[in-house]
Amino acid sequence: MTSSPPSFSARCLFGQFRPEGSYSSPTDNPEDLRRKAGANRRLFGDELETRLDEVLFASHSHRSATKLALGLEALNRSQQERVLHWAAVAAGTYAEIGYQIATFAPRAFMLLDDGGFDAWVLAGLDAYDRHGGRAAMDLLRDIEGFSAGRNGARPVAKFTDIEARLGRFIQGLAGRPLNLAVGTCAWTDSETIFLPPEQDSLFDAAANRRLYKVQAAILWAQSRFGSFGSASVDLETSLAPWLGKAEEERALIWFAALESVRLEACIAFELSGLATEIAAVRGAWPDSLLPLLPRLFRPQATLSDTLELLPLCLLGGEDAPRLAHAVRFDPAAAQRIRAARILRDMKTVQRAISALKGSSGRSGEHDESLPSLATDAGAYLSLEGEALVLPPEARAAAQSLVQDLGEVPPECLVPAGPGPWQPTEREGGGEDFASDRQADYRYDEWDYRRRAYRKGWCHLFETEVEPGDRAYVAAVRQRHSALIKQIRRRFEMLRGENRMLGRQPEGEEVDLDAVVDAIADRRGGLEPTARLFCRRVRNQRSLAAMFMVDMSGSTKGWVNEAEREALVMLSEAIESLGDAYAIYGFSGWTRTRSDIYRIKRFDEAYDEAVKARIAAVEAKDYTRMGVAIRHLTALLLRQPARHRLLITLSDGRPDDFGDEYRGHYGIEDTRRALQEAREQGVRSYCITIDSHGADYLAHMYGAARFTVLDDVRKLPLKIADIYRRLAS
Amino acid sequence: MNLSPELSQPVDEPYYQPIANEVALFEASHARRLPVLLKGPTGCGKTRFVEYMAWRLKRPLVTVACHDDLTTADLVGRYLIVGNETVWVDGPLTAAVRAGAICYLDEIVEARKDTIVVIHPLADARRVLAVDKRGEMVAAPDSFMLVVSYNPGYQSVLKEIKPSTRQRFVALDFDYPEAAVEAGIVGREGGVDFETARRLVKLGELTRNLKGAGLDEGASTRLLVHAAQLIAAGIEPQAACTAAVARALCDDPDMNGTLDDLVAAVF
Ligand SMILES: Nc1ncnc2c1ncn2[C@@H]1O[C@H](COP(=O)(O)OP(=O)(O)OP(=O)(O)O)[C@@H](O)[C@H]1O
Ligand SMILES: [Mg+2]
Repeated sequence: MTSSPPSFSARCLFGQFRPEGSYSSPTDNPEDLRRKAGANRRLFGDELETRLDEVLFASHSHRSATKLALGLEALNRSQQERVLHWAAVAAGTYAEIGYQIATFAPRAFMLLDDGGFDAWVLAGLDAYDRHGGRAAMDLLRDIEGFSAGRNGARPVAKFTDIEARLGRFIQGLAGRPLNLAVGTCAWTDSETIFLPPEQDSLFDAAANRRLYKVQAAILWAQSRFGSFGSASVDLETSLAPWLGKAEEERALIWFAALESVRLEACIAFELSGLATEIAAVRGAWPDSLLPLLPRLFRPQATLSDTLELLPLCLLGGEDAPRLAHAVRFDPAAAQRIRAARILRDMKTVQRAISALKGSSGRSGEHDESLPSLATDAGAYLSLEGEALVLPPEARAAAQSLVQDLGEVPPECLVPAGPGPWQPTEREGGGEDFASDRQADYRYDEWDYRRRAYRKGWCHLFETEVEPGDRAYVAAVRQRHSALIKQIRRRFEMLRGENRMLGRQPEGEEVDLDAVVDAIADRRGGLEPTARLFCRRVRNQRSLAAMFMVDMSGSTKGWVNEAEREALVMLSEAIESLGDAYAIYGFSGWTRTRSDIYRIKRFDEAYDEAVKARIAAVEAKDYTRMGVAIRHLTALLLRQPARHRLLITLSDGRPDDFGDEYRGHYGIEDTRRALQEAREQGVRSYCITIDSHGADYLAHMYGAARFTVLDDVRKLPLKIADIYRRLAS
Repeated sequence: MNLSPELSQPVDEPYYQPIANEVALFEASHARRLPVLLKGPTGCGKTRFVEYMAWRLKRPLVTVACHDDLTTADLVGRYLIVGNETVWVDGPLTAAVRAGAICYLDEIVEARKDTIVVIHPLADARRVLAVDKRGEMVAAPDSFMLVVSYNPGYQSVLKEIKPSTRQRFVALDFDYPEAAVEAGIVGREGGVDFETARRLVKLGELTRNLKGAGLDEGASTRLLVHAAQLIAAGIEPQAACTAAVARALCDDPDMNGTLDDLVAAVF
């Protein structure tokens, strides 16, 4: 150590971190090293240790670099290089500062970005210059204070910013619907992950967004890796000694913390990248958890391990550990939802098995051997040695059961008999509203409980939408003019698909095949054909598309906005394609008042009147879907086209006033109506703007294909592409 | 002069990992002279399976990739002018029938409806191919087998098999195999260790969870094999997955963000 430290003002001038390396010899130059390593992979503990030894302990090494190196392992490569660089710079002046920088670096990177880190180091060195070693240590240690001072107000991440992307991420992880929603804190009932509206506990917005991701991952893992109990462990019983007592709060915090340890190990086994992110947010384990790690931080550890350790932790009297990514745990709520889901999934699997057994010609009676289900994929069912494939709906249910129970319980492999779903809702009579005019049409409705149609049950009124703002369509076209141009180009290419018709009596080119045949025929003594030409013709698409637009009350606001824009984009697209199309809206108010709103008939041009009607599409009453599908199918069938396509745009579950159409009844009727359409040669495609409904959609749409848009605002941008995929 | 294609049997055993009972079903269909329809998502091993079965049954394999300009003549054959002569050349289908080969029509839905009907008499009890231009009916020997494939996931209403076509076939369902099995395939085909293969399959599983919720299809076994091959060639795993899987799946920037997150979660 030099007796009189050099002035640091010079260093401050050059003090920005420079990969080119203003201070270091070429070998220390991080960029060089990186190039040499051939990748920007993270450095491992032993490599870090060697480099730390070089920069910090060259002269006197009464301390070990091992511990330091371990701390730095979780940082990414550029952060690691940054630490090594600054440690070397500082050690050139005072080894102890270099050592402290390396020690605090992992924590510093949790609160500071790269620029912040540089500033923090420089401030430490500056403090040394002015006030000596002790002041420098104090400043470096108080990273929170430094970062707060630097940021003024702490940057916030908002739930709304991360919702869409995180939602898809979680869906990718989960493989079954797991919704995101705002809650007062981070917790899950095993069907929805609740996250706080904002996070600001970490240093910058990016870190706070990462906190969202990490918490959501832990909450997903709670249901994935059995925090809510399994076939053999009942959580509520196990937690009973504390629930409802004064100790409850503390017990649940401990429980959640222990589970976080266990779940992180489970995640690390399957998803090591995600585990690294979790570890970065978490930082070092709190001391109180350290002794438990050998037992809990293993992918093989189960809920039972946590439950065995819990009483010991509580007896110890220590405060519950505070984790940076702590989540809360509410066993009662989760348990309720989980029980309902298990029941539902079991019924689905049971029903599928009954159907499969029926179709493979077996009666359920002489069935001694229980069929077994491959629990991993859940896709194959082996029945008396023969592999049967479960339908997707049942496969999903089986997978969901494996997640909840660790297995598909044997009792649900026994067929449930031929019956349909058991109704769980109250039987609703539905009030009849007398209306002042005679219905234009009457349609049957399917009653799944009776397994029969109710004849002429729905009264349907067809009216034309009153024209709205005439400037609306022009404004939308203006707003999306670039996209519209692009769509038009793409669609015109589809339309311009010309085809050469061979063997024509006349045409612009000679058909070589035909000529060769003619020569051969003449040689063989047959009369040669005169059809020797090719003619270019435009492809006949012969497709009629009907758009059925949800005008129920629930579409009010964004959804309606998006629907109208989507209709504009769609019309522009289809106009350039030349397909026949029509647009109708639907809404309902009990069975005696179902409304169909005419927006564009097949035989109408996309003219000013139609445009004014598109502008006037608005949210009305309820969603009685079956009758609308039946009516529009009937209209579609009158079209002379070879292919008929019914495209529904809706925002979710069918629903109508009174309890009747809600729940199974409406779902089953809609499903039936789509089946009828298919039987008559109409193909249906359903676009649903509601990622929260995905569980029943597969069932409801049964015969139809469907897509779920999680972000309404995408609808106008996507609709043309969706149509192109369907119709090309 | 004979310009018709020569057919030969495959020599080397193609690597194929059986998933369920498809090998037995295929063999039984061949023995009973039944044509087979393979259904399944893209890149799940249908083509490989047929190659393997051809080797196993010791039959030549003729593969035709169907597209919407494929004419009957392309399948059955046509006259060519050679010098001053007209010479008949068998199309792949006719050649396969004559040789008692296995004829594989890949992606049958892509073919035009009027082309597909030529296989009808070949795919039922008659087992004959009408070569109209020569006024010839070619009877298929017992060893001939017709195999067609199609991906039911396509959403276009214009591309569906007519019932009169599909009801001639024994249908085998294909899907991506169970994780451990798929990892075996990816490891072997891609030349990576089992741990890397396992992670790739995990990534495949995560993307398949997004099918219908932003993705039309999840990553196929083929894409996972591609990623593995890049890794084996020295590309860093994340970069390999981004290029071979994430970007190969979709163009939507938001969805790409999510796929990147999933790649980062696995590696
Ligand atoms: N069961 C399997 N055994 C061996 N390899 C497999 C298997 N399944 C998939 N593969 C690998 O996946 C790749 C893609 O499979 P293949 O080309 O057979 O797909 P496909 O089902 O024919 O797809 P497409 O419908 O797109 O033509 C193969 O080249 C092979 O590497
Ligand atoms: Mg193929």
